[in-house]
Amino acid sequence: MTTLRLGAARRFQPPLRLTVGVSAGAWLVAWFAEAPLSDWLTFSVLGLERGSQFGEAVAFFLLDVPKVLLLLVGIITVVTLIRGFFPPERVRAALAGRGRMTGTVGAASFGIVTPFCSCSAVPLFIGFVEAGIPLGVTFAFLISSPMVNEVALVLLWGLFGPGIALVYMAAGLTVAIVGGLVIGRLGMERYVEDYVWALQGKGVTLVAAPLTWEDRIHDAWAYTKDLVRRIAPYLLIGIGIGALIHGYAPTDLVAAIGGRSNPLAVPIVVLIAIPLYSNAAGTIPIVQALLGKGMPLGTTLAFMMAITAISLPEFIILRRVIRWPLIAAFAATVTIGILFIGYLFNFLIV
Amino acid sequence: MKKIEVLGPGCANCKRLEANAREAVVMAGIEAEVVKVTDYGRIAAYGVMSTPGLVIDGKVVSYGRIPSAGDIALWLSE
Repeated sequence: MTTLRLGAARRFQPPLRLTVGVSAGAWLVAWFAEAPLSDWLTFSVLGLERGSQFGEAVAFFLLDVPKVLLLLVGIITVVTLIRGFFPPERVRAALAGRGRMTGTVGAASFGIVTPFCSCSAVPLFIGFVEAGIPLGVTFAFLISSPMVNEVALVLLWGLFGPGIALVYMAAGLTVAIVGGLVIGRLGMERYVEDYVWALQGKGVTLVAAPLTWEDRIHDAWAYTKDLVRRIAPYLLIGIGIGALIHGYAPTDLVAAIGGRSNPLAVPIVVLIAIPLYSNAAGTIPIVQALLGKGMPLGTTLAFMMAITAISLPEFIILRRVIRWPLIAAFAATVTIGILFIGYLFNFLIV
Repeated sequence: MKKIEVLGPGCANCKRLEANAREAVVMAGIEAEVVKVTDYGRIAAYGVMSTPGLVIDGKVVSYGRIPSAGDIALWLSE
Protein backbone atom coordinates (compact mmCIF):
# COMPACT_ATOMS: atom_id res chain seq x y z
CA MET A 1 0.00 0.00 0.00
CA THR A 2 1.34 3.35 -0.99
CA THR A 3 -0.43 6.36 0.38
CA LEU A 4 -0.23 9.51 -1.62
CA ARG A 5 -0.72 13.12 -0.89
CA LEU A 6 -1.60 15.21 -3.89
CA GLY A 7 -2.92 18.60 -4.83
CA ALA A 8 -1.01 21.79 -4.58
CA ALA A 9 -1.84 25.42 -4.11
CA ARG A 10 -2.72 27.04 -7.40
CA ARG A 11 -2.50 30.75 -7.90
CA PHE A 12 -5.63 32.02 -9.62
CA GLN A 13 -7.06 35.45 -10.20
CA PRO A 14 -10.87 35.83 -9.85
CA PRO A 15 -12.60 33.92 -7.01
CA LEU A 16 -13.60 30.47 -8.18
CA ARG A 17 -17.21 30.77 -7.03
CA LEU A 18 -17.67 33.92 -9.09
CA THR A 19 -16.25 32.34 -12.25
CA VAL A 20 -18.39 29.22 -11.85
CA GLY A 21 -21.54 31.25 -11.04
CA VAL A 22 -21.16 33.63 -13.96
CA SER A 23 -20.41 30.79 -16.40
CA ALA A 24 -23.43 28.78 -15.24
CA GLY A 25 -25.66 31.86 -15.58
CA ALA A 26 -24.37 32.65 -19.04
CA TRP A 27 -24.95 29.02 -20.06
CA LEU A 28 -28.58 29.08 -18.90
CA VAL A 29 -29.30 32.36 -20.70
CA ALA A 30 -27.76 31.01 -23.89
CA TRP A 31 -29.73 27.74 -23.56
CA PHE A 32 -33.10 29.47 -23.39
CA ALA A 33 -32.32 32.24 -25.86
CA GLU A 34 -30.89 29.87 -28.45
CA ALA A 35 -34.04 28.60 -30.24
CA PRO A 36 -35.83 31.97 -30.64
CA LEU A 37 -32.56 33.61 -31.61
CA SER A 38 -31.76 31.11 -34.37
CA ASP A 39 -35.33 31.33 -35.66
CA TRP A 40 -35.15 35.12 -35.76
CA LEU A 41 -31.75 34.98 -37.45
CA THR A 42 -32.93 32.59 -40.16
CA PHE A 43 -36.27 34.05 -41.06
CA SER A 44 -36.00 37.75 -40.14
CA VAL A 45 -32.35 38.72 -40.50
CA LEU A 46 -31.52 36.43 -43.42
CA GLY A 47 -35.09 36.80 -44.69
CA LEU A 48 -35.40 33.15 -45.76
CA GLU A 49 -38.80 31.77 -46.54
CA ARG A 50 -40.41 29.44 -44.00
CA GLY A 51 -41.06 26.01 -45.53
CA SER A 52 -38.64 26.52 -48.40
CA GLN A 53 -35.96 23.82 -48.79
CA PHE A 54 -33.07 26.24 -48.31
CA GLY A 55 -34.73 28.07 -45.44
CA GLU A 56 -35.41 24.84 -43.55
CA ALA A 57 -31.85 23.61 -44.09
CA VAL A 58 -30.39 26.86 -42.73
CA ALA A 59 -32.81 26.90 -39.79
CA PHE A 60 -31.84 23.31 -38.93
CA PHE A 61 -28.15 24.21 -38.98
CA LEU A 62 -28.48 27.41 -36.92
CA LEU A 63 -30.67 25.68 -34.36
CA ASP A 64 -28.64 22.52 -33.90
CA VAL A 65 -25.06 23.80 -33.90
CA PRO A 66 -25.38 26.11 -30.86
CA LYS A 67 -27.71 23.67 -29.09
CA VAL A 68 -25.33 20.71 -29.33
CA LEU A 69 -22.28 22.85 -28.54
CA LEU A 70 -23.97 24.25 -25.43
CA LEU A 71 -24.98 20.77 -24.30
CA LEU A 72 -21.47 19.45 -24.92
CA VAL A 73 -19.80 22.21 -22.94
CA GLY A 74 -22.30 22.10 -20.07
CA ILE A 75 -22.80 18.37 -19.68
CA ILE A 76 -19.21 17.34 -20.27
CA THR A 77 -17.89 19.78 -17.70
CA VAL A 78 -20.32 18.45 -15.11
CA VAL A 79 -19.80 14.78 -16.04
CA THR A 80 -16.02 15.16 -16.00
CA LEU A 81 -16.22 16.78 -12.59
CA ILE A 82 -18.36 13.92 -11.23
CA ARG A 83 -16.30 11.14 -12.68
CA GLY A 84 -13.15 12.63 -11.19
CA PHE A 85 -14.44 10.85 -8.07
CA PHE A 86 -14.54 7.45 -9.82
CA PRO A 87 -11.08 6.79 -11.23
CA PRO A 88 -10.55 3.24 -12.56
CA GLU A 89 -8.19 2.59 -9.65
CA ARG A 90 -11.10 3.10 -7.27
CA VAL A 91 -13.52 1.10 -9.44
CA ARG A 92 -11.09 -1.78 -9.39
CA ALA A 93 -10.94 -1.71 -5.61
CA ALA A 94 -14.75 -1.73 -5.48
CA LEU A 95 -15.05 -4.66 -7.92
CA ALA A 96 -12.32 -6.91 -6.57
CA GLY A 97 -13.68 -9.96 -4.80
CA ARG A 98 -17.33 -9.53 -5.85
CA GLY A 99 -19.45 -12.38 -7.16
CA ARG A 100 -19.94 -12.90 -10.87
CA MET A 101 -23.34 -11.21 -11.11
CA THR A 102 -22.69 -8.29 -8.75
CA GLY A 103 -19.30 -7.76 -10.33
CA THR A 104 -20.65 -7.74 -13.88
CA VAL A 105 -23.53 -5.38 -13.13
CA GLY A 106 -21.23 -3.16 -11.08
CA ALA A 107 -18.57 -3.07 -13.81
CA ALA A 108 -21.13 -2.16 -16.47
CA SER A 109 -22.57 0.60 -14.27
CA PHE A 110 -19.18 2.02 -13.39
CA GLY A 111 -18.49 2.08 -17.13
CA ILE A 112 -21.01 4.92 -17.44
CA VAL A 113 -19.08 7.27 -15.21
CA THR A 114 -15.48 6.29 -15.74
CA PRO A 115 -13.44 7.94 -18.45
CA PHE A 116 -12.21 5.75 -21.24
CA CYS A 117 -10.01 6.06 -24.26
CA SER A 118 -8.48 3.37 -26.47
CA CYS A 119 -5.04 4.28 -25.18
CA SER A 120 -5.97 3.36 -21.62
CA ALA A 121 -7.70 0.06 -22.50
CA VAL A 122 -4.53 -1.96 -21.96
CA PRO A 123 -3.41 -0.57 -18.57
CA LEU A 124 -7.02 -0.89 -17.50
CA PHE A 125 -7.23 -4.52 -18.56
CA ILE A 126 -3.96 -5.38 -16.84
CA GLY A 127 -5.05 -3.55 -13.70
CA PHE A 128 -8.31 -5.50 -13.51
CA VAL A 129 -6.72 -8.90 -14.12
CA GLU A 130 -3.98 -8.08 -11.64
CA ALA A 131 -6.57 -7.47 -8.93
CA GLY A 132 -8.09 -10.90 -9.62
CA ILE A 133 -11.25 -9.52 -11.26
CA PRO A 134 -12.80 -12.21 -13.52
CA LEU A 135 -12.49 -11.85 -17.28
CA GLY A 136 -16.26 -11.47 -17.83
CA VAL A 137 -16.47 -8.61 -15.34
CA THR A 138 -13.51 -6.89 -17.00
CA PHE A 139 -15.17 -7.16 -20.39
CA ALA A 140 -18.49 -5.83 -19.07
CA PHE A 141 -16.52 -2.72 -18.17
CA LEU A 142 -14.65 -2.65 -21.49
CA ILE A 143 -17.97 -2.77 -23.37
CA SER A 144 -19.90 -0.27 -21.29
CA SER A 145 -17.17 2.32 -20.78
CA PRO A 146 -16.78 3.43 -24.41
CA MET A 147 -20.37 2.68 -25.43
CA VAL A 148 -22.20 4.60 -22.72
CA ASN A 149 -20.14 7.75 -22.91
CA GLU A 150 -21.15 11.32 -22.30
CA VAL A 151 -20.56 12.53 -25.86
CA ALA A 152 -22.95 9.91 -27.24
CA LEU A 153 -25.52 10.73 -24.57
CA VAL A 154 -25.25 14.48 -25.16
CA LEU A 155 -25.64 14.06 -28.91
CA LEU A 156 -28.66 11.79 -28.51
CA TRP A 157 -30.20 14.15 -26.00
CA GLY A 158 -29.52 17.27 -28.05
CA LEU A 159 -30.67 15.85 -31.37
CA PHE A 160 -33.35 13.32 -30.40
CA GLY A 161 -34.45 14.32 -26.90
CA PRO A 162 -33.72 13.04 -23.38
CA GLY A 163 -35.94 9.93 -23.75
CA ILE A 164 -33.81 8.38 -26.47
CA ALA A 165 -30.63 9.18 -24.54
CA LEU A 166 -32.01 7.22 -21.57
CA VAL A 167 -33.13 4.31 -23.77
CA TYR A 168 -29.63 4.25 -25.24
CA MET A 169 -28.08 4.15 -21.79
CA ALA A 170 -30.31 1.26 -20.69
CA ALA A 171 -29.65 -0.66 -23.92
CA GLY A 172 -25.89 -0.07 -23.61
CA LEU A 173 -25.89 -1.35 -20.04
CA THR A 174 -27.83 -4.43 -21.11
CA VAL A 175 -25.37 -5.25 -23.89
CA ALA A 176 -22.47 -4.78 -21.47
CA ILE A 177 -23.96 -6.97 -18.73
CA VAL A 178 -25.09 -9.77 -21.05
CA GLY A 179 -21.83 -9.53 -23.03
CA GLY A 180 -19.79 -9.72 -19.83
CA LEU A 181 -21.73 -12.76 -18.59
CA VAL A 182 -21.36 -14.51 -21.95
CA ILE A 183 -17.61 -13.87 -22.18
CA GLY A 184 -17.25 -14.99 -18.57
CA ARG A 185 -18.93 -18.32 -19.46
CA LEU A 186 -16.70 -18.96 -22.46
CA GLY A 187 -13.74 -19.79 -20.22
CA MET A 188 -11.16 -18.10 -22.42
CA GLU A 189 -8.64 -17.27 -19.68
CA ARG A 190 -5.93 -19.15 -21.57
CA TYR A 191 -6.00 -16.49 -24.29
CA VAL A 192 -4.77 -13.81 -21.90
CA GLU A 193 -1.04 -13.24 -22.37
CA ASP A 194 1.11 -14.98 -19.76
CA TYR A 195 2.90 -11.85 -18.61
CA VAL A 196 -0.45 -10.38 -17.55
CA TRP A 197 -1.13 -13.35 -15.26
CA ALA A 198 2.39 -13.07 -13.92
CA LEU A 199 1.58 -9.58 -12.68
CA GLN A 200 -1.41 -10.82 -10.68
CA GLY A 201 -1.28 -9.76 -7.05
CA LYS A 202 1.91 -7.79 -7.59
CA GLY A 203 0.31 -4.41 -8.17
CA VAL A 204 0.31 -1.49 -5.81
CA THR A 205 -3.00 -0.10 -4.64
CA LEU A 206 -2.95 3.63 -5.08
CA VAL A 207 -5.01 5.62 -2.65
CA ALA A 208 -7.14 8.21 -4.42
CA ALA A 209 -5.51 11.55 -4.19
CA PRO A 210 -7.32 14.26 -2.24
CA LEU A 211 -7.63 16.87 -4.96
CA THR A 212 -9.02 20.30 -4.14
CA TRP A 213 -12.15 21.63 -5.83
CA GLU A 214 -9.96 24.10 -7.67
CA ASP A 215 -7.93 21.20 -9.06
CA ARG A 216 -11.06 19.32 -10.05
CA ILE A 217 -12.82 22.25 -11.71
CA HIS A 218 -9.63 23.22 -13.47
CA ASP A 219 -9.14 19.65 -14.76
CA ALA A 220 -12.77 19.32 -15.86
CA TRP A 221 -12.70 22.60 -17.75
CA ALA A 222 -9.35 21.83 -19.41
CA TYR A 223 -10.69 18.43 -20.51
CA THR A 224 -13.94 19.89 -21.84
CA LYS A 225 -12.17 22.63 -23.78
CA ASP A 226 -9.83 20.11 -25.36
CA LEU A 227 -12.62 17.67 -26.23
CA VAL A 228 -15.01 20.25 -27.69
CA ARG A 229 -12.20 21.78 -29.72
CA ARG A 230 -11.39 18.34 -31.12
CA ILE A 231 -14.92 17.33 -32.07
CA ALA A 232 -16.37 20.71 -33.07
CA PRO A 233 -15.14 20.58 -36.71
CA TYR A 234 -16.76 17.15 -37.20
CA LEU A 235 -19.89 18.36 -35.53
CA LEU A 236 -20.14 21.35 -37.88
CA ILE A 237 -19.65 19.17 -40.94
CA GLY A 238 -22.08 16.56 -39.61
CA ILE A 239 -24.79 19.07 -38.85
CA GLY A 240 -24.12 20.74 -42.21
CA ILE A 241 -24.72 17.49 -44.08
CA GLY A 242 -27.67 16.79 -41.79
CA ALA A 243 -29.11 20.18 -42.73
CA LEU A 244 -28.81 19.38 -46.44
CA ILE A 245 -30.54 16.04 -45.94
CA HIS A 246 -33.16 17.76 -43.85
CA GLY A 247 -33.84 20.30 -46.56
CA TYR A 248 -33.32 18.30 -49.72
CA ALA A 249 -33.06 14.51 -49.48
CA PRO A 250 -36.14 12.69 -50.70
CA THR A 251 -37.77 10.69 -47.92
CA ASP A 252 -38.34 7.66 -50.14
CA LEU A 253 -34.66 7.20 -50.85
CA VAL A 254 -33.58 7.11 -47.20
CA ALA A 255 -36.51 4.97 -46.21
CA ALA A 256 -35.56 2.45 -48.89
CA ILE A 257 -32.05 2.01 -47.44
CA GLY A 258 -32.49 2.45 -43.72
CA GLY A 259 -36.20 2.17 -43.31
CA ARG A 260 -38.49 -0.41 -41.85
CA SER A 261 -39.09 -2.11 -45.17
CA ASN A 262 -35.44 -3.13 -45.43
CA PRO A 263 -34.87 -6.12 -43.10
CA LEU A 264 -31.09 -5.77 -43.46
CA ALA A 265 -31.06 -2.12 -42.35
CA VAL A 266 -29.62 -2.91 -38.90
CA PRO A 267 -26.58 -4.93 -40.10
CA ILE A 268 -26.02 -2.40 -42.90
CA VAL A 269 -25.79 0.57 -40.53
CA VAL A 270 -23.55 -1.43 -38.17
CA LEU A 271 -21.18 -2.14 -41.08
CA ILE A 272 -21.22 1.54 -42.08
CA ALA A 273 -20.48 2.52 -38.49
CA ILE A 274 -17.33 0.43 -38.05
CA PRO A 275 -14.89 2.72 -39.92
CA LEU A 276 -16.58 5.77 -38.36
CA TYR A 277 -15.25 4.78 -34.94
CA SER A 278 -15.35 7.49 -32.30
CA ASN A 279 -16.77 9.99 -34.70
CA ALA A 280 -20.20 10.19 -33.20
CA ALA A 281 -20.08 13.99 -33.41
CA GLY A 282 -19.83 13.95 -37.18
CA THR A 283 -22.24 11.12 -37.87
CA ILE A 284 -25.10 11.43 -35.40
CA PRO A 285 -26.44 14.72 -36.83
CA ILE A 286 -26.59 12.97 -40.20
CA VAL A 287 -28.44 10.05 -38.64
CA GLN A 288 -30.84 12.44 -36.97
CA ALA A 289 -31.67 14.00 -40.30
CA LEU A 290 -32.11 10.50 -41.75
CA LEU A 291 -34.34 9.48 -38.87
CA GLY A 292 -36.47 12.51 -39.62
CA LYS A 293 -36.79 10.98 -43.07
CA GLY A 294 -37.95 7.63 -41.75
CA MET A 295 -35.09 5.68 -40.14
CA PRO A 296 -36.55 3.71 -37.20
CA LEU A 297 -35.33 3.90 -33.60
CA GLY A 298 -33.74 0.44 -33.34
CA THR A 299 -31.64 1.09 -36.44
CA THR A 300 -30.55 4.43 -35.00
CA LEU A 301 -29.58 2.93 -31.63
CA ALA A 302 -27.63 0.15 -33.35
CA PHE A 303 -25.78 2.71 -35.45
CA MET A 304 -24.79 4.80 -32.43
CA MET A 305 -23.68 1.74 -30.47
CA ALA A 306 -21.61 0.42 -33.34
CA ILE A 307 -19.87 3.78 -33.69
CA THR A 308 -18.90 3.95 -30.03
CA ALA A 309 -18.29 0.30 -29.18
CA ILE A 310 -16.90 -1.42 -32.28
CA SER A 311 -13.42 0.01 -32.51
CA LEU A 312 -10.82 -1.66 -34.70
CA PRO A 313 -7.95 0.36 -33.14
CA GLU A 314 -9.05 -0.81 -29.70
CA PHE A 315 -9.20 -4.46 -30.81
CA ILE A 316 -5.70 -4.16 -32.23
CA ILE A 317 -4.38 -2.47 -29.10
CA LEU A 318 -5.90 -5.22 -26.92
CA ARG A 319 -3.69 -7.72 -28.76
CA ARG A 320 -0.95 -6.56 -26.37
CA VAL A 321 -2.74 -8.37 -23.55
CA ILE A 322 -5.04 -10.97 -25.13
CA ARG A 323 -4.80 -13.27 -28.14
CA TRP A 324 -6.98 -13.19 -31.24
CA PRO A 325 -9.58 -15.84 -30.26
CA LEU A 326 -10.57 -13.76 -27.24
CA ILE A 327 -10.54 -10.52 -29.23
CA ALA A 328 -12.79 -12.22 -31.79
CA ALA A 329 -15.13 -13.46 -29.05
CA PHE A 330 -15.27 -9.92 -27.63
CA ALA A 331 -15.98 -8.35 -31.03
CA ALA A 332 -18.60 -10.98 -31.88
CA THR A 333 -20.40 -10.63 -28.56
CA VAL A 334 -20.60 -6.85 -28.87
CA THR A 335 -21.75 -7.02 -32.50
CA ILE A 336 -24.45 -9.61 -31.81
CA GLY A 337 -25.64 -7.57 -28.82
CA ILE A 338 -25.92 -4.44 -30.97
CA LEU A 339 -27.77 -6.26 -33.76
CA PHE A 340 -30.16 -7.71 -31.18
CA ILE A 341 -30.90 -4.27 -29.69
CA GLY A 342 -31.47 -2.87 -33.18
CA TYR A 343 -33.97 -5.55 -34.20
CA LEU A 344 -35.65 -5.55 -30.79
CA PHE A 345 -36.43 -1.83 -30.84
CA ASN A 346 -37.52 -1.92 -34.46
CA PHE A 347 -39.88 -4.74 -33.51
CA LEU A 348 -41.17 -3.11 -30.32
CA ILE A 349 -41.69 0.42 -31.55
CA VAL A 350 -43.81 0.72 -34.63
CA MET B 1 19.35 14.39 -9.29
CA LYS B 2 15.68 13.57 -9.40
CA LYS B 3 14.15 11.11 -11.78
CA ILE B 4 10.76 11.88 -13.33
CA GLU B 5 8.89 9.14 -15.15
CA VAL B 6 5.96 9.84 -17.44
CA LEU B 7 3.77 6.71 -17.65
CA GLY B 8 1.72 6.25 -20.80
CA PRO B 9 1.68 4.55 -24.19
CA GLY B 10 2.31 7.82 -26.02
CA CYS B 11 -1.09 9.40 -26.57
CA ALA B 12 -1.64 13.15 -26.77
CA ASN B 13 -2.17 13.49 -23.01
CA CYS B 14 1.09 11.71 -22.24
CA LYS B 15 2.98 14.11 -24.50
CA ARG B 16 1.35 17.09 -22.82
CA LEU B 17 2.31 15.75 -19.39
CA GLU B 18 5.86 15.20 -20.55
CA ALA B 19 6.03 18.82 -21.76
CA ASN B 20 4.67 20.06 -18.42
CA ALA B 21 7.21 17.94 -16.55
CA ARG B 22 10.09 19.38 -18.57
CA GLU B 23 8.79 22.89 -17.97
CA ALA B 24 8.49 22.12 -14.25
CA VAL B 25 12.14 21.07 -14.09
CA VAL B 26 13.13 24.48 -15.46
CA MET B 27 10.72 26.26 -13.09
CA ALA B 28 11.99 24.41 -10.03
CA GLY B 29 15.56 25.08 -11.14
CA ILE B 30 16.75 21.62 -10.19
CA GLU B 31 18.61 18.79 -11.85
CA ALA B 32 16.18 16.17 -13.07
CA GLU B 33 15.90 13.60 -15.78
CA VAL B 34 12.57 13.06 -17.57
CA VAL B 35 11.96 9.52 -18.86
CA LYS B 36 8.99 8.13 -20.74
CA VAL B 37 7.68 4.74 -19.66
CA THR B 38 5.64 3.11 -22.41
CA ASP B 39 5.90 -0.53 -21.34
CA TYR B 40 2.48 -1.67 -20.10
CA GLY B 41 3.92 -4.13 -17.60
CA ARG B 42 5.99 -1.41 -15.97
CA ILE B 43 3.06 1.02 -15.94
CA ALA B 44 0.89 -1.63 -14.28
CA ALA B 45 3.61 -2.36 -11.74
CA TYR B 46 3.15 1.19 -10.45
CA GLY B 47 -0.57 0.46 -9.95
CA VAL B 48 -1.55 3.06 -12.54
CA MET B 49 -4.57 2.16 -14.69
CA SER B 50 -5.49 5.57 -16.00
CA THR B 51 -2.76 7.16 -18.03
CA PRO B 52 -0.93 9.47 -18.04
CA GLY B 53 0.78 8.83 -14.74
CA LEU B 54 3.61 10.79 -13.18
CA VAL B 55 6.30 9.26 -11.00
CA ILE B 56 8.93 11.24 -9.13
CA ASP B 57 11.81 9.23 -7.68
CA GLY B 58 9.82 6.01 -7.80
CA LYS B 59 6.69 7.47 -6.16
CA VAL B 60 3.42 7.92 -8.09
CA VAL B 61 2.36 11.54 -7.61
CA SER B 62 -0.49 11.74 -10.09
CA TYR B 63 -2.46 9.58 -12.51
CA GLY B 64 -5.35 10.00 -14.92
CA ARG B 65 -4.87 13.75 -15.11
CA ILE B 66 -2.42 16.31 -16.40
CA PRO B 67 -1.07 18.39 -13.54
CA SER B 68 0.19 21.83 -14.46
CA ALA B 69 3.90 22.61 -14.68
CA GLY B 70 3.48 24.74 -11.54
CA ASP B 71 2.10 21.81 -9.53
CA ILE B 72 4.83 19.48 -10.72
CA ALA B 73 7.48 22.07 -9.86
CA LEU B 74 6.03 22.23 -6.35
CA TRP B 75 6.25 18.45 -5.95
CA LEU B 76 9.79 18.51 -7.28
CA SER B 77 10.93 21.03 -4.71
CA GLU B 78 9.31 19.13 -1.82
